[in-house]
Amino acid sequence: MIPAAFDYVEAESVDAAIAALTEHGDEAKLMAGGHSLIPLMKFRLATPGVIVDIGRMEGLNSIDDRGDHIAIGALTRHMSVETSELLGAEAPLLKHVASQVGDPSVRHRGTIGGSLAHGDPASDLPAAILALGATLVAKGPGGEREIAATDFFTGFLETALADDEMLTEIRVPKMAGAGWSYQKFNRRAQDWAIVGVAAVSNGSTSLSLVNMGPTPMRASAAEAAINGGGSIDDAAAAAADGASPPDDLNGDAAYRTHLASVLVRRALTEAQG
Amino acid sequence: MTAVVGTPRLRKEDPKLLTGEGKYVDDIQVAGQLWMGMVRSPYAHARINSIDTSAAEAADGVAGVYTGPQLAEMGLWIAPLPCAWPVTDDMVNPEHYPTAMDEVHHVGEIVAVVLADSRYGAADAAELVDVDYEPLDAVASIAAARDGSATAHSAHETNKAYHWPLIPDPDALEAAFANATHTVTGEFVQQRLIPAAMEPRGVLAVPSPMGGDVTLYSSTQVPHILKVMIAATTGISEAKLRIVAPAVGGGFGAKLNVNPDEILAVTLANKLGRAVRWTETRSEAAFSTHQGRGQLQKIELAADADGKITGCRVHVDADMGAYMMLITPGVPLLGSFLYTGVYDVPAFGFTCDGYFTNLTPTDAYRGAGRPEASYAIERAMDLLALEVGVGPDEIRRRNYLGGGDHFTDMETASTLVFDSGHYSPNLDAALEMSDYAGLRAEQQRRRDAGDAKQLGIGLCTYVEICGLAPSRALAGLNYGAGGWEHAMVRFLPTGKVEVVSGSTPHGQGHETSWSMIVADKLGIDPDDVTVLHSDTAISPLGLDTYGSRSLSVGGVAISMACDKVIDKAKQIAAHQMEANPDDLDFAGGTFSVKGQPGAELPIQAIAFGAFTAHDLPDGMEPNLQEQVTFDPPNFAFPFGTHVAVTEVDTETGEVELIDYIAIDDCGNQINPLIVEGQVHGGIVQGVAQALYEGASYDDAGNCRNPSLMDYLVPSAMEMPNIKTGFTTTPSTSNPLGVKGVGEAGTIGSAAAVVNAICDALSPYGVTDLEMPATPQRVWNAINGGAS
Repeated sequence: MIPAAFDYVEAESVDAAIAALTEHGDEAKLMAGGHSLIPLMKFRLATPGVIVDIGRMEGLNSIDDRGDHIAIGALTRHMSVETSELLGAEAPLLKHVASQVGDPSVRHRGTIGGSLAHGDPASDLPAAILALGATLVAKGPGGEREIAATDFFTGFLETALADDEMLTEIRVPKMAGAGWSYQKFNRRAQDWAIVGVAAVSNGSTSLSLVNMGPTPMRASAAEAAINGGGSIDDAAAAAADGASPPDDLNGDAAYRTHLASVLVRRALTEAQG
Repeated sequence: MTAVVGTPRLRKEDPKLLTGEGKYVDDIQVAGQLWMGMVRSPYAHARINSIDTSAAEAADGVAGVYTGPQLAEMGLWIAPLPCAWPVTDDMVNPEHYPTAMDEVHHVGEIVAVVLADSRYGAADAAELVDVDYEPLDAVASIAAARDGSATAHSAHETNKAYHWPLIPDPDALEAAFANATHTVTGEFVQQRLIPAAMEPRGVLAVPSPMGGDVTLYSSTQVPHILKVMIAATTGISEAKLRIVAPAVGGGFGAKLNVNPDEILAVTLANKLGRAVRWTETRSEAAFSTHQGRGQLQKIELAADADGKITGCRVHVDADMGAYMMLITPGVPLLGSFLYTGVYDVPAFGFTCDGYFTNLTPTDAYRGAGRPEASYAIERAMDLLALEVGVGPDEIRRRNYLGGGDHFTDMETASTLVFDSGHYSPNLDAALEMSDYAGLRAEQQRRRDAGDAKQLGIGLCTYVEICGLAPSRALAGLNYGAGGWEHAMVRFLPTGKVEVVSGSTPHGQGHETSWSMIVADKLGIDPDDVTVLHSDTAISPLGLDTYGSRSLSVGGVAISMACDKVIDKAKQIAAHQMEANPDDLDFAGGTFSVKGQPGAELPIQAIAFGAFTAHDLPDGMEPNLQEQVTFDPPNFAFPFGTHVAVTEVDTETGEVELIDYIAIDDCGNQINPLIVEGQVHGGIVQGVAQALYEGASYDDAGNCRNPSLMDYLVPSAMEMPNIKTGFTTTPSTSNPLGVKGVGEAGTIGSAAAVVNAICDALSPYGVTDLEMPATPQRVWNAINGGAS
């Protein structure tokens, strides 16, 4: 619970942060709210040589209506997402999912960009942006680029971000009255999901899974079943196809597979209801 | 003055604690202090081939690095860490030193200590110590210990520590089972629990600038016991030791010990002449502080055709962990007397085998032996109800001691004499408050409808032993200390009162409760009473706080000291009023002469007179202070009925506790608000065992959930609104008629919750579930797999 020594740089702009990342390479780690990184450092599971603190940077913390989508600055705190009237009207799934992250102190410090860039398969927000088909904006020395949410999560705690890139914005398509559901199965209010399912249904249905493999993932087989004219039960039966759920103290893979099925059924019932 | 005893009163401790002004060990800073960094074993069982400390010694800010053999050579101790409860004459007790000598016996055992000028420096340097281990086969469970293919200590040929029997009448027990119409058997696992007090343990040892004396600030429940034990372990005279327990953020038994860090801090500070400190990290606490429970239980009941119990036979295999700590071997024995519960059991037998494992040592944890016992008998009562074909309320009623009527001083089959009990009205109150009949109807409705969420109703009618303890009873159990408690009450010249309490709080609210007792006794305002405690320089005599003993031993001592103060004041009043002491009345803080209106003297005036000593009876000492050391004649036996209502999601196995009703009887109450708080906290701790908590180990003896991320301590969010009620059956063991309530909630709640889950799932053929009843376990049970 006592982190190893590290150097500390406070970046006052995105360009300054990118410059620091460029200078220090894979020794450096960006820290926004710190609620994923600091616990890992305290366990000495992460020992970055340089912390580039972007937590107090100006900007990147607004939620804006951009016509067909809502743009959310990467440093927007979960609490701002959870309480946004704009998101309540245009992307209520995301607003709700933000309210399910950790506990109030986590939600007042943690940021949407930090949570997504950490890429934890057990986190809530990745499932939401996968189901919503969001686009992520990253900036590096060469400028900005857009990354589709489905391309963003590449491995366990790994993302499509390069070492010298910073996530700056999340663009969420307006839900236009779509049905939605987020089913989070956990033991205590503040815990990660043992399994979670996000669903968005508006003509076609998208489904994503929490903690069912090394990365946040879409439930592609279940989506194919329901979008191909199958029943909710057909989709539920296919919930974990292609997933590789972990075995841990909260449940073994077989139990998680079962839970995914139950939760897909509940999510589709709610989203299509 | 209006009486305050028996009325709810906010705690005078709380403003300071709630505004962050409480000073805990970690808040106390001393110039020149050194931090200890512990080098801990990553292996559960290994030989230490060599330790290279050179890199750590060369690190910035490091003042010294010490291995076990080096510390021994420095002569820092004269005896191993103490076990005060050698339960049998032939109990195996492996030598246990603050640091390992040549072999480690659990993950986290200290193999070397770094002293550095900062906490971070100590942690970094500890990582630089290079230890060459030769791993040995580990004993990572009771089953492995019994199997014996590996031994936890290479120096010992067996893992068995002791065998302890309590079979008052073996022939009667055998006959009871031979002649029984019904028998049931329950086999239960009492999983290991990590105590997880909100404040981790910490120590700060400060040597006197003049040398020779050491003050130890420790997050401990037992400063007085610690002083004696440190003296006996280190050879430092008690007269040179001062132990202070500042604000202590919860203990639950886990701060009732003599720990390696405490010995290391005191002896290194004494040796080096510099303050030495350490605060455990939350993850470290899973290894550096003892754990609770750790038992395998088998209970058998014999009954006649009506379900009337005729015999009860129990065997427990208890996990000592790697070493005998202060009362490790005695914990199961504390429970042994309670396996017959509140029931009239003619024949009883209990045996316990203690085993060593290569896991963190076990010791007292809220209830210490009694929650385990209560769980076994209360689960078995539900099994008997199913066997006989009556409801869980009815099977209990048929077996209550005294037929459920009021009794006093009743001898039980386990040889204890229960002070008082009155069980039927207590059960009735719980059934009424819970709308038991309505719950059963709703349960049936859901069963008929095939509802995915099934309802379960669980009862537990517990009894517990409080007021540790009559010293002679402890002698009979081979316990190495007495059970008395000391109190002093003194009037100050201005009429305020100081109380010196030997009983030492760590969150219980002693200052408030003791003030209320004194206020009513002496006829003064409770705010005029100051309670001094937790510092052996201020309160030299005491036996501290554990086993729900504070009120029924220490609180009674304070009340008795007040009586002596009043007696002395009466002598002074009679002298000054020129009256016969027998003609004086004392009420509302004022002495008056019978039949002489207006002849009055307030006790504060007498206190000032005792201070000036101008006009005291001949030969009387000029003060108004008295002390009492009280040793109770018997334990006290609180009881109660808890009703847990659970909703089980049969699709996922998730259990939600949707209602909880507790009717407790702790005898007379001093502060009902504190009583209710204790009941709430206790219940949550028992629910935690039933549903959430359990230290899990792999076969190599590694804890798989040492952090609070994986070890699921529940919060308020997981709890229903607990409904409490009380019946009052005064104790006959003390003049206040009080019993104790600190552990009762924990003792009643685990069985109530598991009984409720099994009740919900009885249509699925489920009769038992291992704790914690995780969703996966429940789902497996529903689907016919192993629970």
